[in-house]
Amino acid sequence: MKVEAKDIFAKTELRFPEKVSGFKGDVFEPYFQIEPQSVVEAGRYLRDEPGVQFEVLSDLTAVDLPKENKIQIVYHLYSYSQRHAIVLKVDLPREEPHVSTVENVWKAANWFEREVFDLFGVNFEGHSDLRRILLPEDWVGHPLLKDYVEQEEYDGISTQREPLVEKLLR
Amino acid sequence: MQPLINSLPESVFTTKVDDLLNWGRASSQWYMLFGLACCAIELMQTGGPRADLDRFGCVPRATPRQSDLMIVAGTLTYKMAKRTKLLYDQMPDPKYVISMGSCANCGGLFQLAYSVCKGVDKIIPVDVYVPGCPPRPEALTEGLLRIQEKMMRERWLVKQPKVAAESAGA
Repeated sequence: MKVEAKDIFAKTELRFPEKVSGFKGDVFEPYFQIEPQSVVEAGRYLRDEPGVQFEVLSDLTAVDLPKENKIQIVYHLYSYSQRHAIVLKVDLPREEPHVSTVENVWKAANWFEREVFDLFGVNFEGHSDLRRILLPEDWVGHPLLKDYVEQEEYDGISTQREPLVEKLLR
Repeated sequence: MQPLINSLPESVFTTKVDDLLNWGRASSQWYMLFGLACCAIELMQTGGPRADLDRFGCVPRATPRQSDLMIVAGTLTYKMAKRTKLLYDQMPDPKYVISMGSCANCGGLFQLAYSVCKGVDKIIPVDVYVPGCPPRPEALTEGLLRIQEKMMRERWLVKQPKVAAESAGA
């Protein structure tokens, strides 16, 4: 029998009271919020609990929300055996965002977290190899942050565009 | 003694050594296999049987050390730009560069992205720009014929007056 998203949320809430909140089930991908300090435990619970069994972390990404002064980490979980999915969201402060790594729960998190570190500057504590993954290692800044400012040049290569393009942008 | 005029009509012709060398070089441009994005698909088409670059003496080489021509086909990121410069430096002189497609010309559609180099001419000298997104095989063939025209105009055996002017200036 297929487990509903709200049942998954109820189970998680029972196990981690006051750590989870904000369930929304009437969307394409149901999601709920979770406190940053209990991400690893909740992840391990969701992976191992019979009937839930989220073996796969199909995506891990982030959203920058400067108006609410937070960076939201988004975990997309999927279960091949149970054929259901859920999304976890974790709010972090915009100043020095950090959260524990879930690398030990899902191995796939290694590269996902490196990507989020690369583009958003989120520090994943306990990560085995937290380096930039897409951008060059001497890159300055984290470009998917909304307040990212492009450098004048990168390693001697000018980043200036044609004057016509600059004119159209204004 | 008879003059030589028209005495050997079928077996001898006269030319300049410069023209002979240029003809040889222009008819055997070995281009480097170097595709960066979707333009590379058109580059493959141009090398294929329909457009058939081989009939102009163009054959793909897998190493810059054996290539005369670099066809920069596709979006150039800053990370790749440094490698492109390295590959260009590895090519033996005389060497030529075709910038193929909008992305290589100026960054094209992606020039507002933080990671995209605003034109390959920011890092290496370009001989021919081929517009299009991507250019059709006919357009790339035209670009190649322009390179051939440029080669045929070159004079390698005459003394370069520029060198004397430079030393006088220094």
